[in-house]
Amino acid sequence: MSHTRRDFLQFALNASVALGAAGYAASPLRALAQQKLTQDDLLRFDAKGQVTLLHFTDVHAQLLPVYFRPPDTNIGVGAFAGIPPHLVGEAFLKEFGIARGSAYAYAHTFLDYVDMARAYGRLGGLDRTATLVKAIRADRGDDKVLFLDGGDTWQGSYTSLKTAAQDMVECMALLKPDAMTGHWEFTFGEDRFTEIVESQAYPFLASNIFDAEWDEPVFEHTKMFEKGGVQVAVIGQAMPYTPIANPRWMFPRWSFGIRPDVLQANVDAARAAGAEVVVLISHNGFDVDRKLATVVSGIDVILTGHTHDAVPEAVRVGETLILSSGSHGKYLGRVDLDVSNGKVTGSSSKLIPVFSDVVASDPEMAAKIAEVRAPFEAETAEVLGRTETLLYRRGNFNGTWDDLICQGIIEERDTQIALSPGFRWGTTLLPGQDITRDDLYTETSMSYPAVYRNEMTGQQLKEVLEDVCDNLFNPDPFLQQGGDMVRVGGMTYSCAVNGTIGNRISDMRLSATGEPIDPARTYVVGGWASVNEGVEGPAIYDLMEDHIRRKGTVSVPDERTVKIVM
Amino acid sequence: MTLSRRRVLMLAAGAAAIPALQLFPGAAFAAAEDVTKMMADFSGGKEPQTGKITLTAPEIAENGNTVPISVDVDSAMDGADMVDAVMILADGNPRPEVATFHFTAMSGSAAATTRMRLARTQNVIALARMADGSVYMDKKEVKVTIGGCGG
Repeated sequence: MSHTRRDFLQFALNASVALGAAGYAASPLRALAQQKLTQDDLLRFDAKGQVTLLHFTDVHAQLLPVYFRPPDTNIGVGAFAGIPPHLVGEAFLKEFGIARGSAYAYAHTFLDYVDMARAYGRLGGLDRTATLVKAIRADRGDDKVLFLDGGDTWQGSYTSLKTAAQDMVECMALLKPDAMTGHWEFTFGEDRFTEIVESQAYPFLASNIFDAEWDEPVFEHTKMFEKGGVQVAVIGQAMPYTPIANPRWMFPRWSFGIRPDVLQANVDAARAAGAEVVVLISHNGFDVDRKLATVVSGIDVILTGHTHDAVPEAVRVGETLILSSGSHGKYLGRVDLDVSNGKVTGSSSKLIPVFSDVVASDPEMAAKIAEVRAPFEAETAEVLGRTETLLYRRGNFNGTWDDLICQGIIEERDTQIALSPGFRWGTTLLPGQDITRDDLYTETSMSYPAVYRNEMTGQQLKEVLEDVCDNLFNPDPFLQQGGDMVRVGGMTYSCAVNGTIGNRISDMRLSATGEPIDPARTYVVGGWASVNEGVEGPAIYDLMEDHIRRKGTVSVPDERTVKIVM
Repeated sequence: MTLSRRRVLMLAAGAAAIPALQLFPGAAFAAAEDVTKMMADFSGGKEPQTGKITLTAPEIAENGNTVPISVDVDSAMDGADMVDAVMILADGNPRPEVATFHFTAMSGSAAATTRMRLARTQNVIALARMADGSVYMDKKEVKVTIGGCGG
């Protein structure tokens, strides 16, 4: 199938029949069907009531527009199987009534990704987001709009690493968020984290961070706003498993957790203080928030992040709306609320895909982005190599970017097996694109980058895989702590996702020979992003820079090394 | 900094990766009947009821070496409605008994907070014995994980 720029103009959406059938509100997407895609189309919205919430999350320091291939594997387990956000490809299109080949299909699915990317171009760019935010504030009136940053804002680029997130801090300031929460922000360490939070004109909210010694709240948890004459309480919830998923030694005095009882108390206190609307700005992840909405009462809207799910409209769970606004700056989420007699009586919602060729660049933000990137221009633009094949990361089990990283570790550190963490962040390169230093750092920019080289027994390897797998596929989302599955190189295995810990991983083999992994034998394993203190080895970005330069041109076949057993 | 080979191994892979089981190499873990016996000794053989006692523990331990827990018993601490003692057990530790708290009317309320070491994913059990001999129980599974890989 070939796409032309012309297709871009054809904003073909399926007849919206499926939308009604699936139980979603009459879709704002429908209005865009069969029209030329313009900025006004993207902004078109069934405006309601007195309050507009704008949600921006998990940008991972991507100031510029990106390619980001949506996952082809996003498995939900137990009660969470087969429902949003655990739908990909055709099933996703069917659920939301989106036509294959349309701009929304490109924004939300991996289908025909390379052709579609060439036709529709990149999404995101903080200058484009700024244009949309300003337009909505102007249209609705500043006094009605809350702009909330869900976190994972500071980390994920060359310039954010080199400036300790100062680039993001200065750019985000221009967007004038009303509040934020976070996760990877903490990996800059307690001192830098605190310094930034104290410098910002808006609060960092977290209901679930307590002093590890005295068990007292560390941050402000709630902020009250008056919007459109309505009292709106915004409560923050940071990533509850930050000290497990990331190095606890970087912020040893802080303890996290989901703490639903604390949240309930904070919701109740906000209501008692006169809140007519309660909004949770959350970095819990979608399934955790889906469960949270059933155990904590009184939250009208959860704006959720962390799992990078781009769900076109808010999902209703009981009396709570959950909006999940994707990642990497690809989308701006919007929820309008009609409030009467202290209750939400109507709502409309959607994600606005930020097509960078359609949305105008905001001059003020564009100038700021240019300013913060200028000192690093020569370094970021330097070409390290070229890829002949699609390089992407996101998916439950593997992506070609991590296959390349695992191969790099195996070759550069002379190991039999490589492990690469299941991060959900990291952008996409199309076949034929140069790999710049900027591109490499979208996959590797972080503050604990050492690549270790170690011996592990087959039994230890299995225990690691089982443990990480349970953190992804435990049927109770409150027990899911991490990202996607750890990536492996040099070995293959089968994974029964619906199993239990200790029983999911089987048939582990060395890929080179097909020989089964012996539990008693010792293997040389390399990996990066260990959460332990004092890990020694080269930084992953340096190792991969050498590797890509040495290869010149890379070609990574999209081979599935994990056999998924449902 | 020089690292011994042993130290390097401990740093392995998201290597909190050394499974928690090995925190007690060769240790014999408590048998289920040991825990049952400890509970029976504490309760005087009475079947524990649900209610009254609330055990608060994290779903997943941030650090298995120091897991904060707290117990709270709904009691007037007066007359017959009096908590005599609260026992905490960890059924997957080599030594399951963690603590026993004793209360009097002077305690005012029957609440306590402590930290405990958990060798692996297991149940934490809290039993409250009332002055009238009745026994109440709450139980929470706490997951002890290797961590890392958080996206």
